Amino acid sequence: MTEIIPLKDAVRLLIHDGDCVALEGFTHLIPFAAGHEVIRQGRRNLTLVRLTPDIIFDQMIGMGCARELIFSWGGNPGVGSLHRLRDAVENAWPNPILLDEHSHAGLANRYVAGASGLPFAVLRGYTGTGLSSVSPQLAPIVCPFTGEVLTAVRALNPDVSVIHAQQADRNGNVQMWGITGVQKEAVLSATRSLVTVEQLVDSLDPHPGAVVLPSWAITAVSLVPGGSYPSYAMGFSERDNAFYRAWDAISRDRASFARWMDDNVLGHLSRT
Amino acid sequence: MDGRQCAGTSQPHMNNSGERADPRSCEFSTDEIMTVAAARQLPDGATCFVGIGLPSTAANLARLLHAPQIVLVYESGTIGAKPSHLPLSIGDGELAQTADSVVSVPEIFNYWLQGGHIDIGMLGAAQIDRFANLNSTVIGPYDAPRVRLPGAGGAPEIATSCGEVIIVMRQSIRTFVRDLDFVTSVGHGIGWGDRQRLGLPGKGPTLVVTDLGLLCPDPQSSELVLTHLHPGVTRDQVTRATAWPLRISDEVQITPAPTTDELRVLRGLRSTEGVDG
Repeated sequence: MTEIIPLKDAVRLLIHDGDCVALEGFTHLIPFAAGHEVIRQGRRNLTLVRLTPDIIFDQMIGMGCARELIFSWGGNPGVGSLHRLRDAVENAWPNPILLDEHSHAGLANRYVAGASGLPFAVLRGYTGTGLSSVSPQLAPIVCPFTGEVLTAVRALNPDVSVIHAQQADRNGNVQMWGITGVQKEAVLSATRSLVTVEQLVDSLDPHPGAVVLPSWAITAVSLVPGGSYPSYAMGFSERDNAFYRAWDAISRDRASFARWMDDNVLGHLSRT
Repeated sequence: MDGRQCAGTSQPHMNNSGERADPRSCEFSTDEIMTVAAARQLPDGATCFVGIGLPSTAANLARLLHAPQIVLVYESGTIGAKPSHLPLSIGDGELAQTADSVVSVPEIFNYWLQGGHIDIGMLGAAQIDRFANLNSTVIGPYDAPRVRLPGAGGAPEIATSCGEVIIVMRQSIRTFVRDLDFVTSVGHGIGWGDRQRLGLPGKGPTLVVTDLGLLCPDPQSSELVLTHLHPGVTRDQVTRATAWPLRISDEVQITPAPTTDELRVLRGLRSTEGVDG
């Protein structure tokens, strides 16, 4: 049964140094506030998982939370590079980072296998690419029925998955709508899960195409209005594209990055 | 769509109405002719898997011009998106709000792309080689890259499973390289027949649109051949912007200049990129 608890407590209870932590949300519903809380609590040696690392992982990597990154597209969407990710890979700053790199389809299927309780998933892809030789998490597999050679991707089961959703009811049942990415798979493949939500309601409003995760499938829910900013929550906010563009200059330089984190993330230490 | 192919022997790539603009009346940039030339290749009603940037701009331009029934599919799971302004990211709210259906990421890749429902994939990249294989992963060695690029995203499976692939990228000695630093997505592998050997179901790249011209794979070798020059561009310019000895079609043609209509709609679109709301 889900507990509805403050974000600070949820992060302290669920996320530990050295954990494999997925923060999902495909451009939409990215759990920024939870990531910032992980930074404030000084977690280290995390294996971070996201299809699109986005600004939140740029920040967590730049602040030294990560020892490994599992990902499939590491840019600032529509803008360019993630400079903190690049600095970690190219210059080992602030620490060296291991990469386990996939395509979106490959990584999505790793979650699918994890959520399905299977050791691997199968897809048609990767053949002939350099990716097959850089990730130990994929291997060719022969179809027992047709003989076709396909690619097996190893199941991914994070210690904890964190997502952001629009609503939870007071029993901790969660609902999200709009672009829902791989959040269901991330939650169901993980040992523990945390969902931050825009609002707590007496009963969930029906929304077309919504994904509902029942209370008993989630470890903890935290009420964090605006918790996906500068990403967005459909029906509540819009993506702050101007901030995504501004991040390019903020993050390009180590000092300006540190200053921004100090003013905007660490500075919240005294206010929460 | 087969009639649209340019298989080495260059056929004219006119816009749908066949009209020719007077270039003196509408000056255009190299990015504009590239985007317009790509948009003209997208037939009405096609299902089209598009990435953000030039491919998305070209696909939306086609939708607003000659292809109102084109189905735009983004990897965020939005199927049939009809954005009124250009999205900055593949997950902007505008895409979900205007889509026929929004599905999960595993579903968009497994059922819709791998399942064979997409006619055309549009890709860009940092590097391309003579067989239209693509690199969007690293410049330099993988373990010690000079430049760490964003990586694969949806590209490898788009290149695998779409009916065919149109590549849109700027052409220079640094992008049209002899050897890729990393193979992110397979075009025609090591040449004709290699896709079949690798078990890749789609036809692979059928056209490369650049800021200088159009290139198509030769039907015998699958090596890229220059078939069209954009207005004002010389053969020598294209040769110098290619790091391998580029083959040029005997009947190389001139791409029709963008029409005033094409430019008006394109500029209207571009002015809206990433606008909120």
